[in-house]
Amino acid sequence: MLGLNKKDASLLLMVAALVAFAPILLNPFPEASALAQFNAGYPDLMQRFVIFGIFAVGFNILFGLTGYLSFGHAAFLGAGSYAGVWMMKLLTVNVIPAILISTVVAGLFSILIGFISLRRSGIYFSILTLAFAQMSFALAASVLTPITGGETGLNLALDDPRILEGGNTTGNIPAPNFFGLEMGDSLQLNVAGWLWTFNVGYYLAGVVLIIAFYTAIRIFRSPFGLMLRAIKSNQHRLGFTGLNTRPYMLACFVISGMYAGLAGGLMVAMDPLAGAERMQWTASGEVVLMTILGGIGTLIGPVLGAGLIKYFENIFSKINSNLLHEWFAFLPDGLEDFVVTIIYPFVGKGWHLTLGLMFMGVIIFLPGGLVELGQRIRRVFSKKDANQHTKPAE
Amino acid sequence: MGILEVKDVGKRFGGLQALSDVHLNVMENTCHAIIGPNGAGKSTLLNCLIGKLIPDTGSVMFQGQSVLGRSPFEINQMGISRVFQTPEIFGDLTVMENMLIPILAKRDGAFEMNGWSKLASQKDVNEYAEKMLEDMNLVDKRNMHSASMSRGDKRRLEIAMCLSQDPSLLLLDEPTAGMARADTNNTIDLLKQIKEERDITIAIIEHDMHVVFSLADRITVLAQGTPLVEDTPENIKGHPKVKEAYLGETA
Repeated sequence: MLGLNKKDASLLLMVAALVAFAPILLNPFPEASALAQFNAGYPDLMQRFVIFGIFAVGFNILFGLTGYLSFGHAAFLGAGSYAGVWMMKLLTVNVIPAILISTVVAGLFSILIGFISLRRSGIYFSILTLAFAQMSFALAASVLTPITGGETGLNLALDDPRILEGGNTTGNIPAPNFFGLEMGDSLQLNVAGWLWTFNVGYYLAGVVLIIAFYTAIRIFRSPFGLMLRAIKSNQHRLGFTGLNTRPYMLACFVISGMYAGLAGGLMVAMDPLAGAERMQWTASGEVVLMTILGGIGTLIGPVLGAGLIKYFENIFSKINSNLLHEWFAFLPDGLEDFVVTIIYPFVGKGWHLTLGLMFMGVIIFLPGGLVELGQRIRRVFSKKDANQHTKPAE
Repeated sequence: MGILEVKDVGKRFGGLQALSDVHLNVMENTCHAIIGPNGAGKSTLLNCLIGKLIPDTGSVMFQGQSVLGRSPFEINQMGISRVFQTPEIFGDLTVMENMLIPILAKRDGAFEMNGWSKLASQKDVNEYAEKMLEDMNLVDKRNMHSASMSRGDKRRLEIAMCLSQDPSLLLLDEPTAGMARADTNNTIDLLKQIKEERDITIAIIEHDMHVVFSLADRITVLAQGTPLVEDTPENIKGHPKVKEAYLGETA
């Protein structure tokens, strides 16, 4: 199908199905139940799942295939965001031009940074990209204020020109839309206590994720992807094989940067506000975590990693001490306080601690990330099956 | 005129004169061996030939063109392939993928996002890779991780990768170092076969006299950074200077 082998095609179909049914799958608990707060099926969070999924898939094309660890990928996300908002300010609040231009701008920006950073490899490459990203962040927050809005960020205003729409100076600021369908529009279904929200913005981002994922599969399986994996495996030998690795590396870096720009463009399409903090090094670090947590160099891993981290950030962090007391109310008073005191640092605002411990666990026990976890579980089950079959022979 | 001409090459590392006045003339379609005791400058000379080092003096001409100052990939594109002392292959990739890379690199058509436009030639590439693996008796290991193969198999794969690019000159740096006797003999047979079947010039650096005398048409003996003698294997065997500098030491 579509030039994919059977395994890749089924993976793509699985991702497509997950995207399509996420509003239902992520809301496993009825609205009225106490566990409803663990539901992740609300538009805002689902949009973040897919957007960061795209970001991580793009990052993985660089890091997973070539082993070059970029520590400044958020700069491309930020550049894409600003370009997207400007497009909406100047041209139209239709999101398509905004998304396209953010991808292009991020691509151009990554040509510049890549051309310089790729002169070095290993840790020096990481440091160079980190330096560029921090530089971009600092510039965006200070001297580039006329373009970026400085620390307050860049957002839409009523008196923006919006050339294609003629602009309006009265009424409300028009909302980002896809040929009239506003990104914030949702269809809510209440089925036997379950509340399902089908959001326009989410599905737009979801379709883009599927296209981005398909492109990633094609890159992974192409001769170009093979050369990139050869760069990771033995760059020395590749040079003596008559291949100039630099154009390959640059092309890979730019593709990866364009994915980040695409994610940035989608972010402002959902919520037309771009701030400098989007470029900060913590944002760059986050995508590294997502990729490693999910599984470096695997196709589906980065999407899973992005989902996991965003879930933690938005759901796990909401557990506060009142809630913990409620949960452990069945325990004797003294014990209840003790248990809550023990657990409290790991939840709520302390979710980073849990994430950190989980990250360490993954690095030490599961170098292949969540994907490896899945493989191991599957192997255990298939071994059980195999044992059952072979038992009579023993 | 030789295919590879080295003239007056000298190279200095700090206080050590690693090479001086090196002259070497490798004739087309011969097997030329460079031998010498440890520290004679064999590896330095090889590194000068493939662009890893730039000599302080002298010139290195390959088919009438200077190789000096070119990067390894350019030198490879000129038609020089190198086999390393420890097999340098793509350990994370399968044997088949290893085989595809040099073919794609040679074709220079790998720089493409999709295979549709070149679907037919992609088939050719696969068939050619398959054939190369068959020739090297590696075809049943095609889906194996290349890092998990034996040393001899890795060496065969590396040679196959080099040969798939149809080089004019094959440089071998101690191809049998660290190999078991059986693997060494297999490698010798393989190289002999390559010599017979192809129009290829082989330059070999080797420690093992057994390998050198069974393969070489001409031998250059290097000692302390300068060539001592250059002659046929028969004459080298009996040469008093060589015995003194090299064979005498090891005997």
